[in-house]
Amino acid sequence: MIGVARSEPPVSPPLLALSGVSKSFGAVAALRDVRLDLYPGEIHALVGENGAGKSTLVKILAGAHPPDAGTLTLDGQPLVPAGPAHARAAGIAVIYQEPTLFPDLCVAENIFMGRQPQRSLRRIDTAAMRTRAGELFARLGVHLDPDRPARGLSIADQQLVEIAKALSFDARILVMDEPTAALSGVEVERLFGVARSVRDAGAAVLFISHRFDEVFALCQRITVMRDGHWVSTDPVDALTIEQLVRRMVGREVSSLYPKEDTTAAEPRLEVRGLTRQGVFADVSFTVHSGEIVALAGLVGAGRSEVIRAVFGIDRYDRGEVLVDGRRLAGGTTRAIAAGLALVPEDRRQQGLVMELSVARNATLPRRWSLSRLGLLTGAAERRSARTWTDRLRVKAARLGDPVWTLSGGNQQKLVLAKWLSTEPRVLIVDEPTRGIDVGTKAEVHRLLSRLAADGVAVLMVSSELPEVLGMADRVLVMHEGRLVAEIPRGRADQESVMLAATGADPR
Amino acid sequence: MTAVEATTARPARTSGGARLVNRVFLVRELGILLALGLLVAVTAIANPRFLGAQSIKDLLLGSTILAILAVGQAVVVITRNVDLSVGSILGLSAFATGSLFVASPGLPIPVAVLVGLVLGAICGAVNGGLIAAARVPALVVTLGTLYVFRGIDYRWAGGRQINAADMPDGFLRLGNDTVLGIPLLTLVAVVVLVVAGFYLRSYRGGRELYAIGSDPDAARLSGIPVGRRVFFAFVASGALAGLAGVLHAARFGTLDANAGINSELNVVAAVVVGGVAIFGGSGSVYGAALGAVLLTTIASALPVLGINPFWQRAAVGALILAAIGLDRALAIRVARRLRGRSSHG
Repeated sequence: MIGVARSEPPVSPPLLALSGVSKSFGAVAALRDVRLDLYPGEIHALVGENGAGKSTLVKILAGAHPPDAGTLTLDGQPLVPAGPAHARAAGIAVIYQEPTLFPDLCVAENIFMGRQPQRSLRRIDTAAMRTRAGELFARLGVHLDPDRPARGLSIADQQLVEIAKALSFDARILVMDEPTAALSGVEVERLFGVARSVRDAGAAVLFISHRFDEVFALCQRITVMRDGHWVSTDPVDALTIEQLVRRMVGREVSSLYPKEDTTAAEPRLEVRGLTRQGVFADVSFTVHSGEIVALAGLVGAGRSEVIRAVFGIDRYDRGEVLVDGRRLAGGTTRAIAAGLALVPEDRRQQGLVMELSVARNATLPRRWSLSRLGLLTGAAERRSARTWTDRLRVKAARLGDPVWTLSGGNQQKLVLAKWLSTEPRVLIVDEPTRGIDVGTKAEVHRLLSRLAADGVAVLMVSSELPEVLGMADRVLVMHEGRLVAEIPRGRADQESVMLAATGADPR
Repeated sequence: MTAVEATTARPARTSGGARLVNRVFLVRELGILLALGLLVAVTAIANPRFLGAQSIKDLLLGSTILAILAVGQAVVVITRNVDLSVGSILGLSAFATGSLFVASPGLPIPVAVLVGLVLGAICGAVNGGLIAAARVPALVVTLGTLYVFRGIDYRWAGGRQINAADMPDGFLRLGNDTVLGIPLLTLVAVVVLVVAGFYLRSYRGGRELYAIGSDPDAARLSGIPVGRRVFFAFVASGALAGLAGVLHAARFGTLDANAGINSELNVVAAVVVGGVAIFGGSGSVYGAALGAVLLTTIASALPVLGINPFWQRAAVGALILAAIGLDRALAIRVARRLRGRSSHG
């Protein structure tokens, strides 16, 4: 076996070294004592589960967040990034998963913004700018018209523009945050060619990806992060995929998840061949009464998109959704009438009206049934709100208080209360415990479990593997818009789910 | 290496996209020019006197002040902001100019112009400073300063009126003189227009204004000093409104606290009709100035055509809707063609 913390630094000194870097947002520690060495002429992979702290690390490198503690050294000199412009001037270029271009401006201008070549009287030399953009694209081996506006470029082409930008100021450190997530096979190959040529020119590339095949094909060394901590750095040929997954997951499944055993009865929600062009394809599954089914997968695998389509928020191109055997026509109103309820992921944006009172929010979906002659009576509203907030133990000083005064966990419980009061037959929850504390988490889990025991069909999207494994009777795993695995409770463990989610082991 | 092979495999495409984009750019400003030509032609056929020297001079004089305001407004709108206080700044600057001449009749004219410009710039700096400091949308801040500046004007004027007799003849001539049949004021506006257009097109600072309007977050990430540039845009808009105030005083001679009242929406209308995207990032000051000329021409053409002047507002409204509709249609067409033509074949 290979030691966990072993790494063999190449002979030359590191180009960029991070040590002891920590960063917290409020009470949440995103990074704790993280280290990372990048050497010239290497492509270095950074892997970890969702929420392991990779994106925060990228933001620190980009100069967008200052670290709370720790040091960055570039060429042996200490570096304190004072902002994006400073990090860029130091030679660090970051390419985000969703590139940040100016859609109205032409491609050449996007590359040279703020550094346009000038001629007499400091006027911009448009011709030189165009020529140099053309040269950069030639070096990258792509055919992009420097004069076309950035609007309408595919994600792949936008990334190429960002890479051209990085080349234009001779970036020595190129950070790519999940660049391949939205690319097709050919585009990925082309991107790899570009990354290798950048490496061969002596730069260091930090490559963040969830796709193990890419990591092993492209990179020389792999750093694993978990829960904001550095776990290991190894040469790529010293690791197997299984070892990598174990290090990424690495924690014990706690007994926090009290799923009661229920016997699945008749099918409640059936989804057949649901397809939305370019987003998800041919998704079929059934959720029975009394069952909790988890939809697992990496961020961007299309899980939220599928449930949005099931609930009638987004249209779908093919397929059908059946509730209790009856076909559901589109639209959320019909979905709610058929007994569906959706607790969205972003409760601030989509789940609650922050300025309205607790009582108003709790009764919002039932404002018609609670009103008489079209008028909403305060008494009926309050009575119903009290019943449900008591049942879910929502802690609010007064029912008339605006929702934004509640804590995150209580807000989440209120969203649940709001939908449970409609007495749904199918409850869909998207990341039900994101950003709430452990105690509330257990309460939400207990609640979901009891609902299932009462005969509700629960479909849960969650990125937290322990939650998925603890709560679900069955785990459906999505990878790149497709359902790639269905794992029953008995066979589901961290490794089987992670392997399926990364597409490494399609069953 | 794969990259090099790919280069040799296919010759670089000629800039078809460039031609397309250029054409769209031309079409956008050409469209206004065409509408303007059509309107003038129809009106002239109905009444040939519409093309008389005096009538044209009135038309140009009438558009000048609106055009200067529109140039300043376009600079702000390009950064995805709006300045509703320009009418009040104009009023303040106009009354200040008049008061200055009442106090010291012998004052050189350039000094009066400078005072107007600086006063406007200060008002603009107040706008820009509030927006940057309070991080409040420009719409709200300038709606507030619209009333504040006008209130100061009212307090100052206090019902007084300054008449042409109070101002030196040289200054008033500035508002009426012509060079080769073109009013002097219009020439001032043309200079302002060309300078602004040149800066926005050929200087880094100008291009950064477009970048900010196109995507403020991306602008911040690429190290553009967003706050400073937006502040600058508001100072420029204020200074131009101040200049417009001086010209207003020279042209009309009679001044009270109501100069330029309710003109802000006219200015925004001119900018939108002129093809500057209301959400920033695209458009030009030339278009905005043309928009101002078109709106002014409509106002003077409708009575000539025997159309009830009450329809004038409806006509302006219809024009705004038509301009937005045209922009949308063009955007969809360009998007479709750019998408259809895959950049890699």
